[in-house]
Amino acid sequence: MKILVGIKRVIDFSVRVQVKKDGSGVNTDGVKLSINPFDEIALEEALRIREKGMQAEVVAVSIGPAEVQQQLRTALAMGVDRAVLVETGEVLQPLMVARIFHELTKRENADLVILGKQAIDDDCNQTGQMLAALWDRPQATFASKVELKDKTLTVTREVDAGLETISVDLPAVVTTDLRLNTPRFVKMPDIMKARSKPLQTLKLDDLGVAKAPELEITNYAPPPQRVGGKKVADVPALISALKERGVL
Amino acid sequence: MQIQREIMTYDVVIVGAGPAGLACAIRLKQLKPESRVCLLEKGSMVGAHILSGCVMEPAPLDELLPDWRKTPPAICVPAAKDEFVLLTKNRRIKLPTPPQMRNRGNVIISLGSLCAWLAQQAEALDVEVFPGFPAAAPLIENGKVIGVRCGDMGLNKDGTPGPNFAAGVDIHAAVTVLAEGCRGSVSKQLIHEFKLNAECSPQTYGIGFKELWQLPAGRVKPGYVQHSVGWPLDSKPYGGSFLYHLDQDRMYVGFVAGLDYEDPEFKPFEAFQQFKHHPSVKPLLEGGEIISAGSRALIEGGLQSLPKLEMPGALLVGDAAGTMNVPKIKGTHMALRSGMLAAEHLVEHGSSEGFDARWRASPSARELHKVRNIRPGFHKGLWSGLLYAALETVTLGKLPWTLKNHADWKSLNKLGERAPETEDYVTRTLPPKDRLSSVFFAATRHDEHQPAHLKVPDTNICVGRCATEYDNPCTRFCPVQVYEMVEENGVKRLQINAANCVHCKTCDIKDPYENILWTTPEGGSGPNYQNL
Ligand SMILES: Cc1cc2nc3c(=O)[nH]c(=O)nc-3n(C[C@H](O)[C@H](O)[C@H](O)COP(=O)(O)OP(=O)(O)OC[C@H]3O[C@@H](n4cnc5c(N)ncnc54)[C@H](O)[C@@H]3O)c2cc1C
Ligand code: SF4
Repeated sequence: MKILVGIKRVIDFSVRVQVKKDGSGVNTDGVKLSINPFDEIALEEALRIREKGMQAEVVAVSIGPAEVQQQLRTALAMGVDRAVLVETGEVLQPLMVARIFHELTKRENADLVILGKQAIDDDCNQTGQMLAALWDRPQATFASKVELKDKTLTVTREVDAGLETISVDLPAVVTTDLRLNTPRFVKMPDIMKARSKPLQTLKLDDLGVAKAPELEITNYAPPPQRVGGKKVADVPALISALKERGVL
Repeated sequence: MQIQREIMTYDVVIVGAGPAGLACAIRLKQLKPESRVCLLEKGSMVGAHILSGCVMEPAPLDELLPDWRKTPPAICVPAAKDEFVLLTKNRRIKLPTPPQMRNRGNVIISLGSLCAWLAQQAEALDVEVFPGFPAAAPLIENGKVIGVRCGDMGLNKDGTPGPNFAAGVDIHAAVTVLAEGCRGSVSKQLIHEFKLNAECSPQTYGIGFKELWQLPAGRVKPGYVQHSVGWPLDSKPYGGSFLYHLDQDRMYVGFVAGLDYEDPEFKPFEAFQQFKHHPSVKPLLEGGEIISAGSRALIEGGLQSLPKLEMPGALLVGDAAGTMNVPKIKGTHMALRSGMLAAEHLVEHGSSEGFDARWRASPSARELHKVRNIRPGFHKGLWSGLLYAALETVTLGKLPWTLKNHADWKSLNKLGERAPETEDYVTRTLPPKDRLSSVFFAATRHDEHQPAHLKVPDTNICVGRCATEYDNPCTRFCPVQVYEMVEENGVKRLQINAANCVHCKTCDIKDPYENILWTTPEGGSGPNYQNL
């Protein structure tokens, strides 16, 4: 069995994101970049499936510039068997990412693709769903529990109304929610071992994936500053204040 | 529970990826490519915990990596013009720039981004760099340092292993190089264990603050360097400010105060924020925004406080030892040089033996000798300090005596012992509003599940003696308000908000009962400074 895990390099969640002065993007100069936290959960889940005795090869895939190798090495140190970098200097949107993963599922003959439910930079929450549609396979999104038995996955999903349990047949796409697991710490000796594990680089242009239509981003702006609240003395004052604002 | 630990073996293990540690690693591999070198760094990435001015004397870097200017680090602006000023509450008076403060030929850099860049150079030479892995304790066997133990990951609050527990690895090496910077926690243990400071003056420190500002166009004059003394400090505490103008409308704004201050009510953070509101500074900053900010202690004892730099199996380099040139406020070139010298020594001798004598015979030691009386000259206040500085400078350090330093934790006056300093402060409008909002600019993070890494062995002192004798100064000297006295059901206790800590080490230095111990938290915890 082969499991593909997608990892995206994003601005670390602890960083205070700042919009560039000219509105052309956000500042990444000197900023800490890490694996998207939901993708780390995806990695952990794939490793746990393998550690439960399943004959599985776990492959981490990332799409991005050459520097993303650093995050792939972290994935290798966590325990994945090998890594693939699809190299491109462009920032891709979900549909293009889904198309690339679709191509890789074919090349790799994947049985399971685990992705984060969303990346914390653009918060799109689309790639897993789009991949399932392109691949024409079932999807189990927002997973908080995953059990695999003979080619069938039983997945508990976090939905608006609470939890929902579904079962899907492999091959399938799973996207991870926060409560699925707590990713392991990387150990020093494993970082050493990871240096000799295979990391393959594919040029995006050589993959033969048709360019997807894209949304054009025209401007970035920080959210408007919140104005502090106002305290009023009593209920009549509240009502008149609300009326003043045209709320009542 | 018996914890199983893996052992990794190297020729040299270096603790701390600051300029000293990185220069040592790079030099070792340049001179002896086959040596196996491990470099540990507690920050989540190299540079994340580095905070420095930083106007750097580039000569040692030119020597280490002659091509460095071809691919300069993110911030690198040649110093253009120096000004040294005395501030009163409303005025700015130009003083002659002391010779040690002239910066022609120097460069204004972000030491954090320089270190990140140096780490890439080190990795290209096959140094094994491990960001996110602190050395928690030294390993000593038969009176010799044999390596270090890395910190455990995944401990519960009570110190028991949690579900994701990963035991820290033991690193064994023929030589351990301590390059932890000012007040290193492992260095401190070793200085004590091997009595390396038996023959020197007590060490003395300062606390430094720094902010990186993005300003409206047209205010910044790239390369302009201003240092000030005076307001908002009255004449007693040693300290002053710096303004370094960068390119792209960015500016470094910083402040340093000597930790030998005496008034227990003194608030270093407030003094820094006040400085920003001086009429000559505020108009520069108004309307701009802070990109990153933090604080870090500086080591100020100089030559007379320098411990012995070697012990069996290990040596101290950079500010872990205290090689900083305080009157120049420059330690980076000294750290680079001592790291390189250590590497050269290790390649030639294979052991730490003889390094202390070698360093003391080097140009670095001569540089510190010349200025040795300037910092302690300020012990009696600004005027005596400036006078001493002038004297030391005109005599080229040939005064026949050496002034002593005193331990900072002993310097506080008891409440009521002396009238508190009169604070002539203004109402502040510039960010950050308070210490808690400054935490945000440091992007500091500590997983709340781990044990608090700040240890206060005797909390009875806090509610008892310390409250009555000093009014709990920890609640004021910590730059990010980690320490708070809270009252619950009529009972007072000390609350430690360890998650906010920016690893400046001030509490470990200044607590008047030496009752605060800074230890390494889980790897990767702490600030994530951006271009500081
Ligand atoms: C506010 C301020 C302004 C300054 N201005 C200037 C200036 O303008 N010019 C100048 O030349 N110098 C300046 N300095 C001094 C200069 O920054 C220092 O002298 C220099 O950084 C010392 O280098 P170092 O390598 O010894 O230590 P550091 O730079 O402190 O580096 C130590 C590294 O070790 C890591 N570390 C510590 N303990 C451990 C552990 N147990 N395990 C793993 N890693 C650990 C730390 O995270 C850090 O990355 C300034 C300092 C301050 C605070
Ligand atoms: S707790 Fe201590 S080391 Fe941490 S920020 Fe406060 S004073 Fe500095």
